[in-house]
Amino acid sequence: MEAGQGITLAAISSHLLVGLSRAMILFIVSSGLSFVLGVLRVPNVAHGSLYMIGAFAAHSIAGALGGGSLGFWSALILAPLFVAAISLIAERSLFCHLYEREHLMLLLFTFALMLILGDLTKMTFGADYRSIMAPEILQGSISIFGSPFPKYNLFLLIVGPVVAVGLWLFSNKTKIGKIARAAAVDREMVGAIGINVSWVFAFAFVLGCFLGGLGGALVSPTISVTIGMDHNIIIEAFLIVTIGGLGNMWGAMVGSLIFGITQSFGVLFWPQFAVVFPYAAVVIVLTLKPTGMLKSVW
Amino acid sequence: MLLNIFPQKSFGVSVGLFILLLIAPAIIPKFYTYILAVIFVTALLAMSLNLVVGHGGLFQFHHGVFYGVGAYVGGLILAKTSLPWWVAFIAGPIAAAVTGFLIGLFCIRLNRLYFGMLQISLGSLLWVIAFRWYDLTGGDDGIHGIPIPEFISSSKSSYYLVLIILCICLILLYLILKSPFGSALQAIRDNPERCAAVGINVRRHQLAAIVIATFFAGVAGILFVVVEGSIFPELLFWVLSLEIFIMCLLGGWFTFAGPILGAAVIVSLRTFVGTYTEYWTLILGVILILLIFFLPEGLMGYNFLAKFRSWSKRAAASSVD
Repeated sequence: MEAGQGITLAAISSHLLVGLSRAMILFIVSSGLSFVLGVLRVPNVAHGSLYMIGAFAAHSIAGALGGGSLGFWSALILAPLFVAAISLIAERSLFCHLYEREHLMLLLFTFALMLILGDLTKMTFGADYRSIMAPEILQGSISIFGSPFPKYNLFLLIVGPVVAVGLWLFSNKTKIGKIARAAAVDREMVGAIGINVSWVFAFAFVLGCFLGGLGGALVSPTISVTIGMDHNIIIEAFLIVTIGGLGNMWGAMVGSLIFGITQSFGVLFWPQFAVVFPYAAVVIVLTLKPTGMLKSVW
Repeated sequence: MLLNIFPQKSFGVSVGLFILLLIAPAIIPKFYTYILAVIFVTALLAMSLNLVVGHGGLFQFHHGVFYGVGAYVGGLILAKTSLPWWVAFIAGPIAAAVTGFLIGLFCIRLNRLYFGMLQISLGSLLWVIAFRWYDLTGGDDGIHGIPIPEFISSSKSSYYLVLIILCICLILLYLILKSPFGSALQAIRDNPERCAAVGINVRRHQLAAIVIATFFAGVAGILFVVVEGSIFPELLFWVLSLEIFIMCLLGGWFTFAGPILGAAVIVSLRTFVGTYTEYWTLILGVILILLIFFLPEGLMGYNFLAKFRSWSKRAAASSVD
């Protein structure tokens, strides 16, 4: 392990930035999971599949529009919408009939959705690796503290906080956001004052899935898109949501930062076990505070 | 003594089935003997999960971890040490029970959904270690060709070993469920507040149930090593845990033998459908959705006879009109 020579200020700062940009992707995905968890109280196991579909759809859309920057930007918008449409169909045709049932059934339904979507993705897009190009303006890298840093990661560092603030404004300042938060706390009461709770749930579910798809579309230029990426992200998102506090959006942010930064510093200090670092951080957090760092919404 | 605790009818059926399974390897081809052994191992795993989920009412989302720990500890002792074989058979289940106790100690403080999420989190940690620690566990490849002791290495002898251990475990599980402890556990499932009020220590009962269930999961794990001769990280992966959940759901949560039936159906479907199509998980997903919508009580929990009687009664009534 030749770690000693590699640890300089430049290396630390560049790993910090890589960790932060990774955390932004994780935040966008896990905030969607957390939102659904907060309103519907169901851990959406299919969230990872929607992330994967977002990445595949981004690739196909960008390819259909001839790559380039037009393809990329439209993929970034259309792929999450495509994912949202899928989730809306699944929700309105099947999922919405289960809201009266016990939670275990809802969880198992999302698991069934994950199994089905995983195989449908394999049928539609095939199992080979693929990647898409970032637009020219985001290609290459700039120098920060003397070490090169990819421009695309800087772009992620901007998108993440924008999504966070947007989600916060949405759930605190708009009427439907407030209704969704109220439905999370007491759904009978919300129904009693004449609001169609079923549609509020549908909206929350679709919004959460949209965020999952957005995460998939955003991550697609940085990794190779392939079958099986759903399994890894869903576990990470679960962990983040658990250490952050179930259903708490800022908790998802804190959890993502912990997860992303420990992971990138793990690469710096002990590459073989880099994956273990965030998990160890999770165990430490949960040992100290089993209900997560911030207050859960119910 | 056994005659007193088993209901007469199902006792006769079980004995008949047991004798049938005893002579089965002499008649059926070798491949089917192997499939039956896999079904037995999976059935034991599903039974152990159902003790905490169906009868205990806990959200044990990551039961596969304990199965994997049993398999890994047993398999590693067989493959990497020169200890006698029976050490592996004792150490595997005990390691699983200790893991179950430690993880349970964390989770038991929390209620339902948080319990499940925390268990998935802690279980994934063990999965990552098994997945990454190449020197010890062989990483994502796992370890194959584990040396199994001579007398149980053939497919027939391993079949009999698995069958006998399964029967012993089933009798033990039945006795546990019929004991005062089992009754208390089911009472806690139905109404924890009232149980606490009459002086039952809810947390301690639940933790004990988890330790018992994880012990049996560890037994299933070491039996898996005997049947397959290999270990790999998928054993600890959460997808497997949810698959066992489906088996319990399919057979029936609130029945004793339901999970066995569920395991038999799922394993045989996977084996035979898997030869025709690579999209087995798609079929599993569709089965699961159909179950959730139409048969949430499971195959054995659903009272077909009563439904049929009421249906024929209605048919008779309408024909009179």
